[in-house]
This record gives sequence, structure tokens and C-alpha cells, in this order.
Amino acid sequence: MGLLDQEFTEGNIVIAKTEDLFNWARLSSLWQVGFGLACCAIEMMATSASHYDFDRFGVIPRPSPRQSDVIIISGTVTLKMAIRVKRLYEQMPDPKYVISMGSCANCGGPYWEHGYHVLKGVDRVIPVDVYVPGCPPRPEALLEGLLKLQEKIRNESIVKPIRSGFVGKSA
Amino acid sequence: MKTAEEIFNTLKEKFGSSIVEFKADKPVEPFIIVNPLEVDKISLFLKDEKDLLFDSLMNLSGVDDANGIKEKDDKGLETIKGGTLSVYYHIESTKLRHKLTLKASTDREKPEVVTVTEVWKGADWHEREAYDMYGIIFLNHPDLRRILMPYDWEFGFPLRKDYKNPEFYQGMKVPY
Repeated sequence: MGLLDQEFTEGNIVIAKTEDLFNWARLSSLWQVGFGLACCAIEMMATSASHYDFDRFGVIPRPSPRQSDVIIISGTVTLKMAIRVKRLYEQMPDPKYVISMGSCANCGGPYWEHGYHVLKGVDRVIPVDVYVPGCPPRPEALLEGLLKLQEKIRNESIVKPIRSGFVGKSA
Repeated sequence: MKTAEEIFNTLKEKFGSSIVEFKADKPVEPFIIVNPLEVDKISLFLKDEKDLLFDSLMNLSGVDDANGIKEKDDKGLETIKGGTLSVYYHIESTKLRHKLTLKASTDREKPEVVTVTEVWKGADWHEREAYDMYGIIFLNHPDLRRILMPYDWEFGFPLRKDYKNPEFYQGMKVPY
């Protein structure tokens, strides 16, 4: 519980900075877009399932980008799909976060040279907050990626958000 | 059950010059080279003839034979002029338990093969893929669109040996 733990011993008023409260709320219920691309998506689903239990960090897959806070790009982003990925990202309400999962989404992975159909890194179309390496990453690695994202959100400021800048359409 | 050579002789008798050659000297299974503009009639015969009964198209694939004249442009990139593109048909009779491979070679500059969708429905998407990857035009195909690449892909056919990837697609940089 962190922020509220042990705060109720001397009365029922909690004094906290709005920033801390907002950040705590945001990082504790990161709802992800129910969206998977390739083999990484299988690993992402395994992370959601009971053994690794993504839900203990407040991560629940949502069926609509309008209700989501984070999108996990789990797999190879083809050029055809990149346009759809970008649209999904644009449909999400602010504040929104992106986890790039696996080598394909990070930099094109094994398709980097001869993949005529693959976008060499999802950061060419949307801004990425956390990169998770692996092919595919183990659920532990994805959990670590999420914890890194939570750490990032915990240090955000309402005044000056610490976010990676928007990457333009062309490189 | 019939051997490929027996089937070749039956076909040769029925279709004459449309059946070009029987090839058995390759390390793969023997195959029959046929006229690309007669494939539909030959296929229908193979499917309906009572001692052949090829009811299943297991696979249909395109090949760039890359047997034309190779030229290098000033950037050192290779282009191929002339030669052939081929379509291979792997068919099977599930009743008589025999298999056969057909090959239809067509001119690389004007690649036209007649469709077999009316014989085997499953050929539809296979032919669309061969069109998408090699630019082989399947005459009389009901819906010849790209199937894997985006519909607005205008940079050619990716599995041709002299294919060059574009720098940008819809504002996205393509090379690494």
C-alpha cells in the first residue's frame, strides 16, 4: 500500500501532495489494452494468468483503448499493423504509457535486415516508455518492465511530466 | 493408385502439346510441366477422371526462377530481364492415395497463369499469395487482391529475386 500504510493511527485525515496521490493512483491501476501481436502476446497472456498474476499490480486487460492506460506492444509490428497500432495509441486517453515488449517491437528483432514487411521498432510510430528485451521476454522480464514503468510514473510531476517526447511520423 | 509417369502418359494422350514435359531427374518427386494457360482444364480432368480423382490441392506456390538476364544498375543493385516465374501445384487423391506435382512456367515480363479456383476452392488464397509475392496474374480469379502486404503497397513484389525495398512507406522509414 506504500503511501497510505500506517497513516491512520492518529486520526482520519491524510495529508499528501496531490502529485503523490495522482501518481500513486495512476501507477496502481494500469489498465492495459487487450491487444497482442505475435508470440510475445502468448508470454503476455501467461503473465496475466494466475501463475504470474499481472492483476496484483493492478494490470487488467481492457477491451477498449478508451478505457486503457497502457499499451503493451507484444510482438512484431508489421508495416500494415503499424498504422493500426498508431491509431489504437491515439484512441487512448491521456495519461497513456507504452511498453515495447521483445526484440521485434524494440528494433525489428530477427527481421531487422530482410524483413521487407516489418517496422524496425515501434518507437518509429509511437513514443515508448519502457523497452523489455527478450525473444520473447519471460513473464518475469515483463513484470520487471512494468515495475520500471511504475517507478517512472511515481516520479512524474503534474507540472512537468517526465515523458518521452512524441516521435514524429518520419524518422 | 498410379505413378506420376502413368499419369503423365494419360495426360499426354488427352491434352497433347499442353503437357510439355515429364521431369524425374531431380532429387525431388517427379513433376509434370504444363502450359500455364491450360492448367484449369488439366486440373479439372485430374480431379474428375475416375482413376485419378485428385480431390485435394495440398499446396500452390510461386517461384522466381531468376533465369533471365541479370543486369546491375549504377547503384550495384541487380535487375532481372526476361526468364520465367513458375507456379507449382501439389495435389493428392485422398481416395486413391496418390500424389502429383504440376509446374506451370510463365513469362516473367507478362506472368499469366489461368486460375484453378473453380477446380479447387482452396486455391483462392494461395493464388492471391502468389500474386502478392511474385506478381503472377491468375486469369479469371474471382478476387485477385493482395493478401499479406497492404492493399496500397506500390513497391513491387517482395519475393522476386530483384526486389528492392522502399525507403519509406506511409511516412514510416522501412530500412533498419
